[in-house]
Amino acid sequence: MNIESIKNGYVIDHIKPGKSFEIYNYLNLGELDTTVAIIKNARSSKTGKKDIIKITDNLDINLDILGYLDPNITINKIIDGKIVEKCHPDLPNQLVNIVKCKNPRCITSIEQELPHICELTDRENAVYRCKYCEEKVNK
Amino acid sequence: MKHLIDIKNLSIEEIDNLINVAQDIMKNKEKYAKKCEGKKLATLFYEPSTRTRLSFEAAMMELGGNVLGFSSANSSSASKGESVADTVRVIGGYADIIAMRHPKEGAPLVAVMKSEVPIINAGDGGHNHPTQTLTDLLTIQCEKHRLSSLTIGICGDLKFGRTVHSLITAMSRYQNIKFVLISPKELKIPDYIKKDILEKNNIDYCETNNLEEYMSELDILYMTRVQKERFFNEDDYIRLKDYYILNKEKLKNAKKDLCIMHPLPRVNEISTDVDDDERACYFKQAKYGKYIRMALILDLLEVK
Repeated sequence: MNIESIKNGYVIDHIKPGKSFEIYNYLNLGELDTTVAIIKNARSSKTGKKDIIKITDNLDINLDILGYLDPNITINKIIDGKIVEKCHPDLPNQLVNIVKCKNPRCITSIEQELPHICELTDRENAVYRCKYCEEKVNK
Repeated sequence: MKHLIDIKNLSIEEIDNLINVAQDIMKNKEKYAKKCEGKKLATLFYEPSTRTRLSFEAAMMELGGNVLGFSSANSSSASKGESVADTVRVIGGYADIIAMRHPKEGAPLVAVMKSEVPIINAGDGGHNHPTQTLTDLLTIQCEKHRLSSLTIGICGDLKFGRTVHSLITAMSRYQNIKFVLISPKELKIPDYIKKDILEKNNIDYCETNNLEEYMSELDILYMTRVQKERFFNEDDYIRLKDYYILNKEKLKNAKKDLCIMHPLPRVNEISTDVDDDERACYFKQAKYGKYIRMALILDLLEVK
């Protein structure tokens, strides 16, 4: 199976097999009008199998969320056909409308319009807390 | 523009400054009697409260200002479904400063995000109650003449008690503080308070379910009420509500200069036979609350 190599864009590599659609949705890639390829169950020397997402002709996507979803992902930024940056994503300092606070005592439980904002309070242990009630949130 | 949502918003210097102003107000009431003339405080109380609301109102009146507001969600537009954000945007056009109590945690922070006037969190569910903590700190300073080198016993509902969490957070920033945490196992202090505050700041603490075990070591005994409104299961509340009752007998080994505190209202957890003991400070504590709120209103309104 051939997927064209991309000239400008991102290759999101080492996604846990089966997780690429979840990431596609979190990044709202369905809204892009450029080419996006999802490769499922690609062969991986490290893990046996992996998923890959390729995004062409778009370098403005905010990929911060990937650090929260899976810090083992590799992001390759490609310009003029060359990898100019290769990194693992960092944990973002803030998550907006990614995870919902489940504390029934939180103001977000009664005010549906409020954005669900979680802040990183412990980078070492990847702990996020609701900005409003400070309750720990889980993936 | 400054707000007060969480005691952690204030540095030790800012707290010291508020305490100094409150002590000056206590000594020179006339000097402050017209400081807020022409200013209005709105008290937006979405859940019932006697002491905190009246304390805020008395504080503003003693500064020469006026007050307006509501004392339950039923008598506000919240009953029609108005959001907190909309309410504060409207009230900001009528008042210079807002004190808000809300049963849901984080509601005052939502208010801050949209408000054009300073917001004071007057209690948000089981979360924060910073003006109670300021009251507690002023009480400790006035009664013990220091905020460091103290052994503080905290007894009762340490799980849901917001005053307890805020007090531990605030006192953990001072030197040589030891906490004795007294509670039934169902109402123990949450792990995140232990891990993120006590252990992170290397604060000496111990946990017990026996009120008398460490009584002789305490400089302060902070009693709390088991709050019915924090329980989803009424049976649990009934089982735990009278777990601790402080009486004269239990104080027999206590220090002569122990300071007994309680955020009030008291139900059964302090027997009335303790009220006449000179170590009972809880009614004085309620009075100190008015003075520290006066100092806070002056600070947030930037009145010199």
